[in-house]
Amino acid sequence: MTAVRSLGEPILSMDSISLSFGGVKALTDISLHVRKHEILAIIGPNGAGKSSLLNVINGVYHPSSGSVTYKGATRSQMRPHEAASQGIARTFQNIALFKGMTVLDNIMTGRTLKMHAGFFWQCIYVGKARDEEIRHRRKVEEIIDFLQIESIRKTPVGRLPYGLQKRVELGRALAAEPELLLLDEPMAGMNIEEKEDMSRFILDINDEFGTTIVLIEHDMGVVMDLSDRVVVLDYGRKIGDGTPDEIRGNQEVIDAYLGVAH
Amino acid sequence: MGFFIEVLVGGLMAGVLYSLVALGFVLIFKASGVFNFAQGAMVLFAALSFVRLLDILKDTFAPMLLSLAITIAIMIVLAIAIERLVLRPLVNQPGISLFMATLGIAYFLDGFGQAIWGSDIYTLDVGIPKDPVLLFESVFEGGVLLSTEDMVAALVAGVLVAVLALFFQRTRIGRALRAVADDHQAAQSVGIPLNYIWVIVWTVAGLVALVAGIIWGSKLGVQFSLSLIALKALPVLILGGFESVLGAIVGGLIIGAGEKLSEVYLGPYIGGGIENWFAYVLALFFLLFRPQGLFGEKHIDRV
Amino acid sequence: MFYREAGQFKTSYAADQAVFPIAQDRIFIGIWLLIGFVAIPLLSNEYLFRAIFIPFLIMALAALGLNLLVGYCGQVSLGTGAFMAVGAYAAYNFWIRIPGLNPLIAFALAGGVATVVGILFGIPSLRIKGFYLAVATLAAQFFIDWVFSRIGWFTNYTPSGSIAVPPVSVFGFEFDTPLRKYFLCLTILVLFAVIAKNLVRGRIGRSWMATRDMDVAAEIIGIRPMYAKLSAFAVSSFFIGVAGALWGFIHLGSWEPLAFDVNRSFSILFMVIIGGLGSILGAFLGAAFITVLPLILNQMPQWLGIQLSTAMISHIEFMIFGALIVFFLAVEPQGLARLWRIAKEKLRLWPFPY
Repeated sequence: MTAVRSLGEPILSMDSISLSFGGVKALTDISLHVRKHEILAIIGPNGAGKSSLLNVINGVYHPSSGSVTYKGATRSQMRPHEAASQGIARTFQNIALFKGMTVLDNIMTGRTLKMHAGFFWQCIYVGKARDEEIRHRRKVEEIIDFLQIESIRKTPVGRLPYGLQKRVELGRALAAEPELLLLDEPMAGMNIEEKEDMSRFILDINDEFGTTIVLIEHDMGVVMDLSDRVVVLDYGRKIGDGTPDEIRGNQEVIDAYLGVAH
Repeated sequence: MGFFIEVLVGGLMAGVLYSLVALGFVLIFKASGVFNFAQGAMVLFAALSFVRLLDILKDTFAPMLLSLAITIAIMIVLAIAIERLVLRPLVNQPGISLFMATLGIAYFLDGFGQAIWGSDIYTLDVGIPKDPVLLFESVFEGGVLLSTEDMVAALVAGVLVAVLALFFQRTRIGRALRAVADDHQAAQSVGIPLNYIWVIVWTVAGLVALVAGIIWGSKLGVQFSLSLIALKALPVLILGGFESVLGAIVGGLIIGAGEKLSEVYLGPYIGGGIENWFAYVLALFFLLFRPQGLFGEKHIDRV
Repeated sequence: MFYREAGQFKTSYAADQAVFPIAQDRIFIGIWLLIGFVAIPLLSNEYLFRAIFIPFLIMALAALGLNLLVGYCGQVSLGTGAFMAVGAYAAYNFWIRIPGLNPLIAFALAGGVATVVGILFGIPSLRIKGFYLAVATLAAQFFIDWVFSRIGWFTNYTPSGSIAVPPVSVFGFEFDTPLRKYFLCLTILVLFAVIAKNLVRGRIGRSWMATRDMDVAAEIIGIRPMYAKLSAFAVSSFFIGVAGALWGFIHLGSWEPLAFDVNRSFSILFMVIIGGLGSILGAFLGAAFITVLPLILNQMPQWLGIQLSTAMISHIEFMIFGALIVFFLAVEPQGLARLWRIAKEKLRLWPFPY
């Protein structure tokens, strides 16, 4: 299923990005393109800089050099909420849900940027504010349906098991109707069945909504099956970029994962 | 010039006393991540216990030593009680809950101390000479008038800090304390007895409170307002950073000097009484530029 | 048995998003409103109004405001007393400087002034968190205390520094008896409680809670931390400012800066903690508890036939407050409101255990 899909223009380009904390270089001179409608997987050993790369894309970290071009606009840094308003959503390696809120409220927060009722209307909760609330609720319910979490919509997320929390977090990102979805290890710590569900969701999102997806994953089986293209990082450098088949045969990648005989 | 130096040194000396209180905060924060609002209440409680015991034991052979020993014992019991009744049930709660719990401890101690020991003003004389000395007469006209009391306080504070620094850096318990501060669970998993460590650190903070209480008490008399010096120590912490012993000292000095200088030179223009908030506003401005304090460590939020 | 949602089907999202989706809750709140507006006015005497009900209502308003900030947005403030003072002194200044101004408008304007001051002192929250912020709000407390005791303009240069105001009169209707004051406070409180509830169940409330639970994630989904935090400071300060104005004009009648010192800040924070962080009901329960407890403690020795000095009673009060704070944080961090929730869950199943 990977080869036949037509992919569009680059939606995101990173141009020689470097990032360092104190003296530690997290990323060195990384350039890559993400094309519209593709699923791009970023792989690499632990500490290779994968999460940092996502953090640069949505503005949590500011690169020390290089630039990011997103939807035609080039910039050296942006704030996370600006990234969100331009259609970038993400999930986190360690679940970052709002623990004190219900599933429904968590996903509703994903709609924040699309809600505009003024303060006064929210105070009295009639007219605009209420209509808006209901309109977005309807949208959120669609996502809840899509992810098959209807039965837990009123449960505080703190009480949910790990796999479901991951699902809710995906739902929250989806609620923003992103053009670019960043998934940081969406399947970490899941059993086979949960992984299959999650893979299905990711493919459906890509297919039905046309969302471009960048995901970090350690499970090679999943990566090879899902992604159109794979980027490999090691020690903050890009050592491979290509289709899953190309990556499978790339000597440098094999060395990075298996070690080199001396 | 002589007058300026007098004010400055007076401020610095007051600052040393703030540092002493701030030191108690820093110790507990370093070792348990708890922001202990009750430090001021502990100062009052320790000083009250000491001064009242001194009165009760005045006919024994060594009233000073005896009451010191008993007060230390009381502070140890207090540390154990706090560990059992407050910290243990609240382990793994967010820092802000623990902070509010120490507010509760502060209220309790204020009430308890005064309920059993009384709420009058007690004079405390531990033999610190009170006569001021005149220094630098040859350098400035009129010299600089300094209180010996303040100088003794500074000396005591200096010794205390040195001892604590050694304790933290060189002993096994000190290392365990730092480990606990970093990560409760990780420390526990390598076999550091968390509860025992907490008792120790609260005891040490209690002793620091006792020293601060005795010095403040002999200066101002032992009274309820001692509890409020904790409020004075807070800006010191912000300035110095919550995790730095050195910061507590330097912050204390800056706040002490700044407070006195501003009161003397700025006060007349804007109405006086600015001592109460000057330190806070100074600290607040400072926060905007360096949120982690002078010597604090910067934390990077990981996502 | 009596409290269950079974059989109450909702056919629209509007019905599901109502404040009280379950009929029993609606009946329950109706009963409370009846008690508040009918039963208490009929049964209570002047002493009870003055000593319990009026202070309770005003403190509940302040606690409500603080709970929006601390409980919903997670920004701890120790400056509540100061913001109340801003409200009280602002109302006073509007009232004496604009002749014939309707006091209710003066109260609202006072809330507005408190809002501005609140935002100003909330700005540090953009850089600092947790106890650093708590300490920073103490700066507001001490600075504002000083302003009102040292700058004569705010007290209209009264020599003693204390302020006295006559009973409030709106369109010729004098709020001079305790009963009338009670109704005024109750009406304002109900109004503000409705506003608070509306805010916390909508977009703003969610952005507050998201900021509280995980600020980095909140920013990444597009909630601007600056907007969330400052709006929480603003709304909270408005509530607290109005509460301050009521406290001065309706409850005290004459006051000095000491009425709004740091102990006031602490006691309102205690209401919020004991009542339940992040709960509208909690603000009411906490305010009731902290208002009534000292009265009971004062009466207790008499009932038990023990002689205690007033100083001793106040020490014991301190001890009990302190112990209760620790108790609630350790045993029931969600406060009295949580006990109510547990009771509801039990009632749902009663008389069956499961």
